[in-house]
Amino acid sequence: MSAISTSSSAGDAARTPERPKRRSFLRLLLRNRLAGLGLVVLAAIVAIAILAPILPLADPNATAPANRLLPPLSEGHLLGTDELGRDLLSRLVWGTRLSLFMGVAATLVAALLGSTIGLVAGYFGGRLDNALMRSIDMLMAFPYILLALAIVAVLGPGLLNALYAVAIVNIPFFARNIRGVTVGLSHKDFVEAARLSGMGHGRILVSEVLPNVMPVIVITMSTTVGWMILETAGLSFLGLGSQPPQADLGSILGEGRKVMLTAPHVTTIAGITIFLLVMSINLVGDGVRDALDPRLSAGALARPAPVTRIARAKNADDAAPPEGSPALAVRRLSTRFEVGERIYRAVNDVSFTIRRGECLGLVGESGSGKSVTALSLLGLVPSPPGVIRAGRVWREGEDVLSLSREKLRALRGGRVSYIFQDPLTTLHPLFTVGDQLVEAIRAHRPASHAEAWTQAVALLDRVRIPAAADRAEALPHELSGGMRQRVAIAMALANEPDLIIADEPTTALDVTVQAQILALLDELRRESGLALLFITHDFGVVSQLCDRVAVMYAGKIVEEGPTQAVLEAPAHPYTRLLIACVPILGSGKRALDAIPGLPPAVDRLPDGCAFAPRCPRATAACKEGEIPPVSVADRRSARCLYAGEVMRAATEGSAA
Amino acid sequence: MNASTAPILETSGLGKTFGGGRTLLGARKPQVHAVRDVTLAVAPGETLGVVGESGCGKSTLARMLVGLVPPTSGTIALDGQALTDAAKAGPRAFGRTIQYVFQDPTSALNPRKTIRQILEAPLIHLIEADAPARERRVAELMDIVSLRPEFLERYPHEFSGGQAQRIGIARALAAEPRIVVLDEPVSALDVSVQAQVLNLLSDLRTRLGLTYLFISHDLAVVEAIAERVAVMYFGRVVETGPVDEVFRAPRHPYTRLLLSSAPAIGARAEASDAPQAELPDPTRPPPGCAFAGRCPNVRDDCRTAPPPLVPMGRGRAAACLHPLPAEGADGPA
Repeated sequence: MSAISTSSSAGDAARTPERPKRRSFLRLLLRNRLAGLGLVVLAAIVAIAILAPILPLADPNATAPANRLLPPLSEGHLLGTDELGRDLLSRLVWGTRLSLFMGVAATLVAALLGSTIGLVAGYFGGRLDNALMRSIDMLMAFPYILLALAIVAVLGPGLLNALYAVAIVNIPFFARNIRGVTVGLSHKDFVEAARLSGMGHGRILVSEVLPNVMPVIVITMSTTVGWMILETAGLSFLGLGSQPPQADLGSILGEGRKVMLTAPHVTTIAGITIFLLVMSINLVGDGVRDALDPRLSAGALARPAPVTRIARAKNADDAAPPEGSPALAVRRLSTRFEVGERIYRAVNDVSFTIRRGECLGLVGESGSGKSVTALSLLGLVPSPPGVIRAGRVWREGEDVLSLSREKLRALRGGRVSYIFQDPLTTLHPLFTVGDQLVEAIRAHRPASHAEAWTQAVALLDRVRIPAAADRAEALPHELSGGMRQRVAIAMALANEPDLIIADEPTTALDVTVQAQILALLDELRRESGLALLFITHDFGVVSQLCDRVAVMYAGKIVEEGPTQAVLEAPAHPYTRLLIACVPILGSGKRALDAIPGLPPAVDRLPDGCAFAPRCPRATAACKEGEIPPVSVADRRSARCLYAGEVMRAATEGSAA
Repeated sequence: MNASTAPILETSGLGKTFGGGRTLLGARKPQVHAVRDVTLAVAPGETLGVVGESGCGKSTLARMLVGLVPPTSGTIALDGQALTDAAKAGPRAFGRTIQYVFQDPTSALNPRKTIRQILEAPLIHLIEADAPARERRVAELMDIVSLRPEFLERYPHEFSGGQAQRIGIARALAAEPRIVVLDEPVSALDVSVQAQVLNLLSDLRTRLGLTYLFISHDLAVVEAIAERVAVMYFGRVVETGPVDEVFRAPRHPYTRLLLSSAPAIGARAEASDAPQAELPDPTRPPPGCAFAGRCPNVRDDCRTAPPPLVPMGRGRAAACLHPLPAEGADGPA
């Protein structure tokens, strides 16, 4: 689901199905080929290390001065011997076993201590956080090897002390990572809900926060264990870790160093082993990180393409351009999200026309496909997983979806522009709004910075921003929500579009500000003859602004017509019920007419009318076959077998 | 609603300041007065709607009432008992009397817990119920909010917004509180589901004898569910009274602005406010009425001191020196 959350509504369209099948962790891990390779190598190394006591190996510590420094492939010594005549293969296997154990143990110790510090600091915050994190900072201020040396110097050389040293040196990595995640989590609603449920802080940390932090701990462990093996090997190499005759990979390397010129095979073989071990661990670690990342586990490893994938069947009946020259004519558009074997039919067979200067309201609940429709018009649905499977989008006699990539890009933000719900997420936080307007202007036509700046200020003035010249210097966060949305509108106007697609532009705003923005949009479109596709869930807003309205349900337009006519006498039962369940100011305290049930999941649409299971009027005929739109009046249609009756009942009801 | 009944929830002079203090070098940090001097009383069985725009302090007020945020000044009394000391103990002290429903239903449920674990938490920690009692109560709660019992073993991400909000309501009701604070409980929901949840809430109130504090930015929703309303602006209550009267004939110019801004079917878009009208800077509040900058009726005395909330008869009060005329919302401006 989160794979397609690039646009929130796209995510909604693919509304969580019941019991979604999670891809298995191993399958995700193995999809990354390098991680798979790493896993195979690592598994082999670990298996050999674990089986060391029962493998037919020579005693790693048995010296034989007569056989010193035998080259590899000598008889009885596959990898040769070292300067004391000990079997190198056997020492290597036992050394790997020791290095692996040291690395894993150090990681566990560092993870336990570091995560605890991070959890406590992040959850409680304030002075405790300050005190803990500043001591961690102090730990990090020393070069790690110096710190490890200092710790070993205090504790004395030895395997266990080297382990402590390496663990302590790595505590900051865990503490800082875990603290960051915990800070975010500890202000989540569910943590507060746990407090309201009477849980104490300790219990909340262990049972609410920790499970959500666990993936990060695992990721940090998997990416640091290789590092810790190297560090312990480093200490052993300096003679501060494992003490003779016991040897880990580091001390084998250190012993080999003395005879490097006469017998290079000792260091070479030990070096290759360390390389293989650490490399395979790191590859697996990266794989684990990618597999645990929720964005990736949903199946979107690739970055979305610049244009939605278009895979249309050749279809004769939609190939003719529409009559007249409307601002936009959409014919039989179908967009799907294809995630593995699941197909989410977000937009099904959608057709509508926006005349020049006209405002069409596209109304629907979340998941009805209204935003995906809007994004499909200029191929902005993220692919994968979005695919446009059918339909044409006509503009000036051309099918927009057949345009070249360059032409499409010129159209986007040029003659057709978008306004989105939350301007704080669409404006860049680090550039002034004036600079962003300049960029929008210069992306489409050649202009000097100074010229474009003058135009930018004029645009801000046009959207009634007071003291436009000063405000152009402001950063987005310095403006209020209403002002930011005005800037977004100015940006949409920058290249004199003839069509603006506004996706819930006032939903995030307060009502008094919403009223201002709606009035502004209305003025602008009348002033410059703009066509407007206005997407909303609010019939009140539609009735204030739009000439025509199209109502979407489960990816289809179920009713379309002039706003007033539709609102007064809806011809589709869904429209009627949707209008009825919105409380209207001035009608007093009462029970509302709720629509029973839930919208269908778009990957399992029922046969026939998708609204039938919730519809009071549904008959057996509604549940089979495709229900085509029927014309119920001039430029007015509805996808309902009983549209005429529904409309008549509404007219009589309002007359009575 | 009933002046004779002792209020079940009462606040007096409640205030909350965020920030403040000094930095290490002694410079003052900016202070934000999120809530100032809020005095409210809610009668048992009543629903008090709290309306206002973002940043008006309505959520901070709600969170103080359930103990999630300690107040900076003033007192909260539940059932006539002052909770000033209990407030230091955190939400645990409040939990059995007053509970809270969150705005975003999915973020209020821990993604890694089953619905059963979520519903059992208040039973274990607030009323220390034993296992069979918990089993019974959890089944009962699912029934109360009309969810199928087999959902208990599922995880939050498997539910739609409306279903998740039902679970949130069930959790709030688990320990049988008498007051429920609902913080925008339907704003994140689709309209068709919104009506279902609102009807469920009304029904539960009657069946279980609950008292609601219902916070919303949507006046129509408040009108449909509440008996009394408190309108907040910039941290203060600017008008209170019975919902139908306040909405029919607002006395405070801000209430009138809110009412005229609400989009309604059949109305044309028109801005009822100057385009540059904005909230004052919360770190530097104006000395007088916070609404003075946007108010069409503003006079000189409005800018000297914040106007107190004065009774205007019939259980109504407004914090305005020059209130709108008593009847007729379209009186002279």
